[in-house]
Amino acid sequence: MSRIVKEFTKGLWDEIPPFRFVLGLCSVLAVTTSVSSAVGLGGGVVFVLIMSNVLVSVFRKIIPDKVRIAVFIVIIASGVIIVELVMQAYFYGLFQVLGIWIPLIVVNCVVLGRAEAFARKESVVLALADALGMGVGFTISLTVLASLREIIGVGTWFGISVMPEWYAGFPYIIKPPGAFVCLGIILAIMNVVSARIDAKKREAA
Amino acid sequence: MGDYLLFMLSAIVINNILLIKFLGVCPFIGVSSSMDSAIGMSAACIFVNVLASSLCWMVQSFVLEPLGLEYIQTLAFIVVIASLVQLVEIVLQKVAPPLYSALGIYLPLITTNCMIFGVAVLNIREERGFIDTVVYAVSTAVGFSMALILLAGIRERFAIARIPKVMQGFPAGLITAGMMGLSFYGLVGLA
Repeated sequence: MSRIVKEFTKGLWDEIPPFRFVLGLCSVLAVTTSVSSAVGLGGGVVFVLIMSNVLVSVFRKIIPDKVRIAVFIVIIASGVIIVELVMQAYFYGLFQVLGIWIPLIVVNCVVLGRAEAFARKESVVLALADALGMGVGFTISLTVLASLREIIGVGTWFGISVMPEWYAGFPYIIKPPGAFVCLGIILAIMNVVSARIDAKKREAA
Repeated sequence: MGDYLLFMLSAIVINNILLIKFLGVCPFIGVSSSMDSAIGMSAACIFVNVLASSLCWMVQSFVLEPLGLEYIQTLAFIVVIASLVQLVEIVLQKVAPPLYSALGIYLPLITTNCMIFGVAVLNIREERGFIDTVVYAVSTAVGFSMALILLAGIRERFAIARIPKVMQGFPAGLITAGMMGLSFYGLVGLA
């Protein structure tokens, strides 16, 4: 039981993607211009991650080692197609905003990374916990980055105005170059915070 | 001809695939810490990108569309790209061993390079013809290489710069990329 909790929580801080586990940056940078699209993509990634981790774990004894990457990719691509069709049918607005980034979940390194590094060696329950943790962690990171960019960039959050009226916005943060700078600053802040925590732990010990 | 020039300029510089469209950021940050690996990755990318885009275009026009299977595009393309990368690896190993030893380690990484897959999908979404597809694939790959090699050049200099400890590695690389993106973004008015 404690193992399950551990695998789940490691995705929320110790190995939170994409801040600690620097993978899958492309979609992170592209969809964080608004919080709603970030949450939408996060949902898609959670679904694909759960599906791929569970299936890979279920079939881990059958999948031949030499062609495992190809098998993983086919499993992931099927998940992505499901997400694509469901979004097109029920969330058409979101489908249009995300555009090319929905099919691109297939090459999101976080998904393939978890299948390769974790799911192919562990039991189904652990793989599920890992997928949930990593997926939720990824969604949280996306939301944090998108909130920062949306609030500073245009002064809204989920489309609702949150800044005082005189605030004119800072369009640079919303534009592509601003995404790199924002992510770089967040990574640096994470480094500072975790260095502090480590120092505290050492003092206590 | 003038149209193509503008089209290429737009794909290489103004809408730089990496800094403005964010395709292929993982290898961009991952391999840009040394010049040699940046050049190797760029060469491999140009090669595979052109092959993959043309092949995916053919698969879409001659297989998926006649059969009405457009909805499995994602699956079909990724399988095509993954097998293409494997094939290129095997062929290079047999035919051109020196080239293989230079590019070999970058080839497997390319399967999950979002740029290859993204460009293939973009070509279909924008309904380009075959020639346009090839031109676009060449231009985006050149743009990618340019950004990658420039960043690698800058990051090699980091070795002798005094960067605060918390900014070392990824944070500094990302912020540098942001600054580079800003200069590319300044060219938007061109086209």
